[in-house]
Amino acid sequence: MKQGLRQLMRYPAAAIGLAIIVILVVVAIYTVIAIPYNEAIRLWRGGGGLWAEYPKNAWPEWINLLPGENRPTTIILCSTEVGEKTVRPLAGGVSKVEILLPFDFTYDGFPQEISVFFAPQFDKRAPFAKITWLTPDGREIRVGERTAVGVYRMSIDGDLTRRLGGRAAHIGLFADPAAEGQPLKGRYTLRVKGWLMEENADLDARLVVFGQVHGLAGTDHLRRDLMVGLLWGIPVALVFGLLAAVGTQISTFILAAIGVWHRKWVDGAFRWLTQVNIIMPLLPILIMIGMFFSRSIGVMLGVIIFFNIFSASYFVLRAMFLQIKESSYIEAARAYGAGNSRIIFRYLIPKVIPVLLPQFILVVPGFVFLEASLAVLGLGDPHLPTLGKIIHEAHVNAAIFVGHYYWIVLPGVLLMVMGIAFAMVGYTLDRIINPRLRQI
Amino acid sequence: MTEMNISEAHKPGARFTVLSSLARIGKYTLIRLITIGIAVVVGILLTIFIANWGGHMDEIKRARIWEEVAMAVLADEALRLMPLKERETIIREKVAIEKRRMGLERPFLVRTPGYLTSALTLNLGWAPTMTSPSGSRLVRLILTERLAATLVLFGTAQLLLFFITLFSALFLSRRYGSWLDKAIIALAPTSAAPGWFYGIFLILIFAIVLGILPFGRMVAAPPPLTVLGYALSLLEHLILPVLAIIIGGIFAGIYGLRTFFLIHSSEDYVEMAKARGLPSGMIERRYVLRPTLPPIIMSFALTLIGMWMGGIILETVFVWPGLGSLLFEAIGRGETPVIVGSAIVYAYLLAATLFIMDIVFALVDPRVKVGAERRV
Repeated sequence: MKQGLRQLMRYPAAAIGLAIIVILVVVAIYTVIAIPYNEAIRLWRGGGGLWAEYPKNAWPEWINLLPGENRPTTIILCSTEVGEKTVRPLAGGVSKVEILLPFDFTYDGFPQEISVFFAPQFDKRAPFAKITWLTPDGREIRVGERTAVGVYRMSIDGDLTRRLGGRAAHIGLFADPAAEGQPLKGRYTLRVKGWLMEENADLDARLVVFGQVHGLAGTDHLRRDLMVGLLWGIPVALVFGLLAAVGTQISTFILAAIGVWHRKWVDGAFRWLTQVNIIMPLLPILIMIGMFFSRSIGVMLGVIIFFNIFSASYFVLRAMFLQIKESSYIEAARAYGAGNSRIIFRYLIPKVIPVLLPQFILVVPGFVFLEASLAVLGLGDPHLPTLGKIIHEAHVNAAIFVGHYYWIVLPGVLLMVMGIAFAMVGYTLDRIINPRLRQI
Repeated sequence: MTEMNISEAHKPGARFTVLSSLARIGKYTLIRLITIGIAVVVGILLTIFIANWGGHMDEIKRARIWEEVAMAVLADEALRLMPLKERETIIREKVAIEKRRMGLERPFLVRTPGYLTSALTLNLGWAPTMTSPSGSRLVRLILTERLAATLVLFGTAQLLLFFITLFSALFLSRRYGSWLDKAIIALAPTSAAPGWFYGIFLILIFAIVLGILPFGRMVAAPPPLTVLGYALSLLEHLILPVLAIIIGGIFAGIYGLRTFFLIHSSEDYVEMAKARGLPSGMIERRYVLRPTLPPIIMSFALTLIGMWMGGIILETVFVWPGLGSLLFEAIGRGETPVIVGSAIVYAYLLAATLFIMDIVFALVDPRVKVGAERRV
């Protein structure tokens, strides 16, 4: 085993492939521990303002590494953590609170949206807030006056847009009056003057300036961080591909051995079943099952294995077993009176296992992509995030046509890296193990 | 040992006239046709069982009967003055009659032969909302009118793929160990990803970033009126999907064939031919290609079968108006008859592929044991 591994590592392709697989497995294990199953499903389902402070369709942050790119990231300022907050009691239980949220804006692009999330504490009468925007060049822009509850989405406030000359808040508030279409860089401050109408009332505010880039993977149309989906896609794809490969290869393998050993009607029947199986339209059948019964990834896996029990590799394995069957040590086994199942499981199968190994590794990518294919058709698992599902959502939302390339490229590249890594190891193993290929 | 082989080959029974070998090929073809035919029937039967497992198709039929009867009764002027209760009983009675007429009262197993024949003849009735390009709602027409587009795309792609693979493999096996050979070996793992996957990237690069090729569809909109213009537009739209299919299969294909040829070129009889000083082209044709062609065709058939399935998504990605995108559309709209119909058409396509390959197999392989298999 150890020696075999060392032999394998001598080939650069196999070494790279193996390294990628090891990295993917480590990432997969880390993901499953860091984001447990239920947590992943909860995050991916979203809802309840879970992703409210994330930008929509934001590119990954590394896009800023490209020359000439300096897109804003999301800036979140909370009055409980930064800035200044002063509370001054007025007469009659009313007090005045002033919140200053300063931040530096040094990007070349405008933010995507701008919102204030109020966190008031009160019994009956909600606090009232007056919001002002202070620009780096000393202008004071009146943003608005409103009851300080819930979310104030400045970008869709019609009055504010009108006051800013027809430009939405995230553009109008940042625009440089001297240069058209350019944001003014420097220190901005959001000032919230609030009137607390009760004794024990309090007011806190969170300013969220939604950026155009987010995290390592960007976000999708529902503001979800794609990192969660990409990370969880790895273990799902790996487990799916490996289980499907194990299930289909081992079953075909054992059946081929039995068929060859018994010959006559057994082999005939198995060959015929294989031919029936080859012309079974697997993908349409999977689609029907997905539509009528269940889209759960486990059901799909079961059906795929079931329809590959007699897979096309039956013929290849059969040819191999036929050769081995004629070898003298099988004759010897027969001579000492070994039974059928003993010969099949102790003599025939162990002899072919090494040949099975590359084949086994080479079919893994096929199943990984089959799962992705189903997801791309909209028949992905209803709960789990998978790589195919991300591609599907990107495709449905016309990601490549509106320029959200990262949305489709990232899961795509991940799938491809996974597939190619397995293929690299598989091909090299094939060369090492297949005696006829060894000289070539 | 060698002597024995030669004497065996010259046994009187081993010599056939052209006529008798034709008869044998005919018999072989017939047997294959019957076997594959039975396989198709079994496959489609299974498809029907899955589609109707839990009475899904029946439920849709019942719902449609109910809807049609209810609409007819409620719209009937003569019954309009009747109280709602009475009209409901009328609806219920009529639905029961209709159900009996359609045979929905009988158990599923009894109805299966009927379902099977209608499935085999694609007599699947009408689609609830979808229409064929010519405007028909007949499921059979919807399916067959889309078939042509699929055959054009995959026929072109697969023929190109087969010949490119075959000739590049022969070329490389001659230049074994060159940098080109090494490059192809290194690229072989890229075939782990299917064609549709490369299609997405091809669209991204050629259609969106560079903007030199159309992103999808079969012809420009509106379609050119002249035949030549139509053909040119079709060709232009074919480039990317065909390229995607080829990229998805070519490197592993070349690698596999090249290795196969290399193994066979080290056989004794090839060495013998080389020693006799035969030209390399002749050696390739007679001693390498001839014996290796049958397994090559067999493995090509299997790739083809895999590709039909991959085509469903490829067509969706390229908005190619074939069977695959039809199936995708039907999934989106929940059109059961069309989905079942496409599954059946795909079963036919796979069977046809297998059958054609079988015949080619029998024709190219002089050693194929046409007729009954004798060796045990």
